[in-house]
Amino acid sequence: MNKLIKLNIDGKECMATKGQYIVEAARENDIYIPTLCNIPNLKPRGACRICTVNVNGKLMTSCTTPVSEGMVVETSLPEIVDLRKSIVELLFVEGNHFCPSCERSGNCELQALAYRFRMMVPRFPYRFQQRNIEASNSKLIKDHNRCILCKRCIRAIKDEEGRGIFAFKRRGHQVEISIDPELAKNLTDELADKAAEICPVGALLRKEKGYETPIGERKYDKTPIGSEIEKFAHSKP
Amino acid sequence: MSKAIVATTSLAGCFGCHMSLLDIDEKILDLIELVEFNKSPIDDIKTFTKDCDIGLIEGGCCNSENVHILKEFRKRCKILISVGECAIMGGLPAMRNGIPVKECLEEAYLNGPSVASNTEKIMPNDEELPMILDKVYPCHEVVKIDYFLPGCPPRAGLIWDALTALLTGKEMELPYEVVKFD
Repeated sequence: MNKLIKLNIDGKECMATKGQYIVEAARENDIYIPTLCNIPNLKPRGACRICTVNVNGKLMTSCTTPVSEGMVVETSLPEIVDLRKSIVELLFVEGNHFCPSCERSGNCELQALAYRFRMMVPRFPYRFQQRNIEASNSKLIKDHNRCILCKRCIRAIKDEEGRGIFAFKRRGHQVEISIDPELAKNLTDELADKAAEICPVGALLRKEKGYETPIGERKYDKTPIGSEIEKFAHSKP
Repeated sequence: MSKAIVATTSLAGCFGCHMSLLDIDEKILDLIELVEFNKSPIDDIKTFTKDCDIGLIEGGCCNSENVHILKEFRKRCKILISVGECAIMGGLPAMRNGIPVKECLEEAYLNGPSVASNTEKIMPNDEELPMILDKVYPCHEVVKIDYFLPGCPPRAGLIWDALTALLTGKEMELPYEVVKFD
């Protein structure tokens, strides 16, 4: 049987299962910790640092830190909220995120976090890096202007033999996602749909689709990201 | 109380943000009770006739004239507000930022599929024309900007809330639905 333990999240006594990550434990207790690179039920990476929380006085990523008995977690201290906001701002200036012309606008998790944090303008200067758009694959368009290198596609999209279809190529600031040319033929329509869906931004798009949902009816038009977890939407940043 | 004086301009923008200001509908009647417009396309006053309280900037800076006007607005307005995505981050005009200016001009005047009659291969270079900049700059990278209203265009409600908050000294509420980037 799974062992239950007690911990304190934002001053509230919470129950969690031993071995569970903080972000999941918080979710089960109706507390939303913003995430970007994390995908439930998949091994976490701790890449984006958006889910940083204060654990017993130290900053940790809640997607990679398992709960422990008596742990004290603070998820919404003003400095942590500002840290998260600054990461979102860094991502906005690092890539070329032209929201008005993006097919994913309104359904984009990066944009939704910026909305949630009320980002009016990034505090950092825009970099306007030259990035390419690749349409050589028959099912997917890759727009590197929008990619935030979260590795969600690499981790989630596997062929029938469990081989990753996506991979990083190059190193350092030149790193970008690529589709394995050998395995591209294994990218079924279902996997291509899943890849476009798993991408938190508009970097992976299904060809011959786009702007399917009218403005006002998209996922994050009226309700903030995370409000499905919180009982009271708009309650905190 | 004397009326606050507002100036507006469209730099490298599409006038959509100005249209959104007009989208406040009948509240425009309330607005003209609160403010007087000076240099603005709305009343067609082309040069500043006095110092202003609030300057609304639409569009980023893509050429030397945009920079000149923006600096003039900074001198003549107590508060400057970047209105819309183009003013805040360059917007769609900034999609050229990764491409050298020479290539952009050649595509527009020599090689583009819609170029039909430029047989003499002329590129506009009259000294009366503003010089195009190496890239499109967000306004706050050229002068200090005090406030930012995102959106493409910013929702009429957001512009109205911002103006009335400034004029009455009340804090803005910023409901979730009005802060959008598209």
